Amino acid sequence: MTATRPSARSGVDRPAGPSPLRRLLPGAPATAGPRGSTLLRHLAVAVLAGTLVVLLTNQLAPYQNLQVARVCAFLCVTAGYTVLVGLNGQLSLGHGALMATGAYTVALVQRGFDERGTQGRWILPLSLVAAVAVTALAGLVIGLAAARLRGPYLAGVTLAVATLVPAVSTIFTGVFNGEQGLRFPAETPPAFLGAYFQPERWLAWIALLAALLTVLLLANLVRSRFGRSLRAVRDDEVAARLAGIHVARTQVLAFVVSAGCAGLGGGVYAVLTATVAPGKFPLELSLFLLMAIVIGGLGSLAGAVWGAVLLVALQDLPSLLTETFSLPSGLAQRLEGNLALAVFGLILIVVMLVAPGGLHGAFRTLAARLRARRRAPEH
Amino acid sequence: MDRFLFLTFGGLSTGAVYAAFALALVLIWRAARLVNFAQGAMAVATAYVGYAVAAATGSYWVGLGAAVLAGLLLGALVERVLMRFVGHANPLNEVIVALGLVLLIQAVLGVVFGNGYRPAPAPFDTDALTVRGVAALSPYDLWVLGAVLVVVVLLALLFTRTPIGLRMRAAAFAPEVSRLLGVDVGRMLTLGWALAAAVGALAGMLVVPTGLGLHPHAMDLVFVVAFTAAVVGGLDSPAGAVVGGLLVGLILSYVTGYLGPDTTPLAVLVLLLAVLLVRPGGLFSSARARHV
Amino acid sequence: MTAVLEVEAVSAGYGPVPVLRDVTFAVPAGTIAAVLGANGAGKTTLLRTLSGLLRPTGGRVRFDGADLRGVRVERLVRRGLAHVPEGRGVVAELTVEENLRLGGLWRGDRADARRAQDEVYELFPALARRRRHAGHQLSGGERQMLALGRALIARPRLLLLDEPSLGLAPKVTAQIMALLRRLCDDRGLTVLLVEQNVRSALSVADQGVVMSLGRVVTAAPAARLRDDAQLRHAYLGF
Repeated sequence: MTATRPSARSGVDRPAGPSPLRRLLPGAPATAGPRGSTLLRHLAVAVLAGTLVVLLTNQLAPYQNLQVARVCAFLCVTAGYTVLVGLNGQLSLGHGALMATGAYTVALVQRGFDERGTQGRWILPLSLVAAVAVTALAGLVIGLAAARLRGPYLAGVTLAVATLVPAVSTIFTGVFNGEQGLRFPAETPPAFLGAYFQPERWLAWIALLAALLTVLLLANLVRSRFGRSLRAVRDDEVAARLAGIHVARTQVLAFVVSAGCAGLGGGVYAVLTATVAPGKFPLELSLFLLMAIVIGGLGSLAGAVWGAVLLVALQDLPSLLTETFSLPSGLAQRLEGNLALAVFGLILIVVMLVAPGGLHGAFRTLAARLRARRRAPEH
Repeated sequence: MDRFLFLTFGGLSTGAVYAAFALALVLIWRAARLVNFAQGAMAVATAYVGYAVAAATGSYWVGLGAAVLAGLLLGALVERVLMRFVGHANPLNEVIVALGLVLLIQAVLGVVFGNGYRPAPAPFDTDALTVRGVAALSPYDLWVLGAVLVVVVLLALLFTRTPIGLRMRAAAFAPEVSRLLGVDVGRMLTLGWALAAAVGALAGMLVVPTGLGLHPHAMDLVFVVAFTAAVVGGLDSPAGAVVGGLLVGLILSYVTGYLGPDTTPLAVLVLLLAVLLVRPGGLFSSARARHV
Repeated sequence: MTAVLEVEAVSAGYGPVPVLRDVTFAVPAGTIAAVLGANGAGKTTLLRTLSGLLRPTGGRVRFDGADLRGVRVERLVRRGLAHVPEGRGVVAELTVEENLRLGGLWRGDRADARRAQDEVYELFPALARRRRHAGHQLSGGERQMLALGRALIARPRLLLLDEPSLGLAPKVTAQIMALLRRLCDDRGLTVLLVEQNVRSALSVADQGVVMSLGRVVTAAPAARLRDDAQLRHAYLGF
């Protein structure tokens, strides 16, 4: 998905926004062409990517399709997360908890209908919309506080939020059923796809649709005036304020959007297994998500895709290793839960020290250098 | 009333640990202007060292010494090998590297020692002594309070009475001027990290036997509480960290005692938000506005 | 007289932007040289380059004949070079006493540091009265005295002073300038002074180095600068 590449076309001759200062703001890209064409371009990319993945899922085994579905679910989260951290400069460590909010909302809505005996295909989209709404609301609350906090303070507060998940599920055990969590009816493929349609493929399609919608929405948001405001606020709050940007409102809105995406991702994640439990949303999940957006390159939607893929792929690394090298069972068992953690931690550190732009940034620099070298002889 | 007293004494004892831990955070904040999000994980790592040595030698005190020494080394190592090389272009970079360190340390501990709980015996009786029918402090609580008090006094003396303390303060407040006056600012930074990690190691050794047990995540919540304590006192103020730690310890003791232990994380979040939104500089901050 | 400070074709800047280009001049022992010029001429950058806070991109700086390249900033004070930076020389969070103690810490000899401290209190009785006050409680003049006094504790042979008169009453400025003159004449101190206040700088300086846009326009005896109306009008604005 190349949706995040800054537009090469420059529309400097177009009249600038309400304030001439805005054009001088750091990080504000040259005005893109007419809005519609950007939207169409993104749409085309999304349809193309979607078609490719759908074709791919037809070739995959059930477990692999579930992997694709998990990647898509995480992509919803990482895409929204990278916009908040990378483009708006707000470091949240509570996105695991926001995922949990979305997941529990889906579970509660679906159970609510199930207990009344109501059935229907509309329940799934409804529960996901509810997940987005509830999580966005939670994002609004955190965002209102966050708009007054900076850097390590915001990180600390959201870290406290992330530790809340098990506590809340135990305090309101009547609603959330404590450590056990909740089960709800599993999603099955619709009848018109045939009786033998692979359920995992259907799940992958659902997750894919959610991911494409999220990324499409965010790609356009990033290009819009709001996207420029996000970057302007990140780079220099005072300058942004002088340019007529409402700083606090921009920050809160960024948090709401990001939280909504996390809610959708969490909801889809819950649908994949038809269960939710606090153990699925530990503190590390938030750190894993951070790793995912850091390795892809903070603020890059394409990087968010990288991150989501690695997040799923690397979690399978230990079992792969133990199978390949037939390690002693005690060591294998200890590696099982910890190897991914170690790798993720190392990635966070190494990427921040060596290539703060992330994989995507590194590739872009490399590509730019190659292009420059190719062009050099002409001059 | 008896219950209130019991909770008060218990709160002071856990509060002392939070105070030490918050002090470690404040030390690094003052030296490097960053919140060390890896403080908890580092303290767990040193506590593993401490209790492994204690088990091997049969002496808690040798173990305690080993943990503090390990803290000194780990702190210096983290600053020299990692933090020194983090770009300062984005203030989030340091936080992200520290969080990577959290994952790495916890994973290494899990691989080496396993993720299960390990026994961490207390050097003194943890049952409360009863004074005139009222359950008060346990001998272990007294040891905790005493140890933290000694550390606080030693640190205060170090910073106000010794040349090295003067250098460390100057290097933290005005690095460039200090360099011009012959202070090796880089070395002071390393020393600050080492000291902070050693204080954190002590706090870890003290907190582990009090029902938490030793496991890679033993400090996750303790870190959040200590961060809250440091924020309550003002990240800039060592005295504030001590008072903040005791205060937070008391509040959480009452919350846990009267509302149940599950409410603790919620209370921490509420407390943290309340302080940050009402008095962002902390209770003991000077009037200067807080940035970053 | 031999030159204590020799600046040879020094260039420096921040990132890709050059601020100093090919700066060359020398300061003989026991004299005061004043670096003059408008805002943005590169005066502060020059001092920062001389004391190693900024790495020169070209040229060399010699102090007592020795090349300073590769010498760490922290070591310079031991060699006898003191730099009082612009405005922020005083550590505001430390007391007057602590600031002065800091200036003598590198010696390791407590008794000697103590003596040097008492000398500063004698030199600036105002500071002695405010010993226990924090730096941020001092007036502008007291801060300047403290920064200067703290630099003198090192008993430097070369003193780099950045805008000592900034924000001070003319009377206080005159006192400080007179003090500098006395230190040069009595103790053989060499001073490189950056000043906006051209008149007061030229009143004590032996030599003036006029800078404009990062280059040395002229380096001449102070008396000649005072008398050369053309030069004064062109670069010094009076």
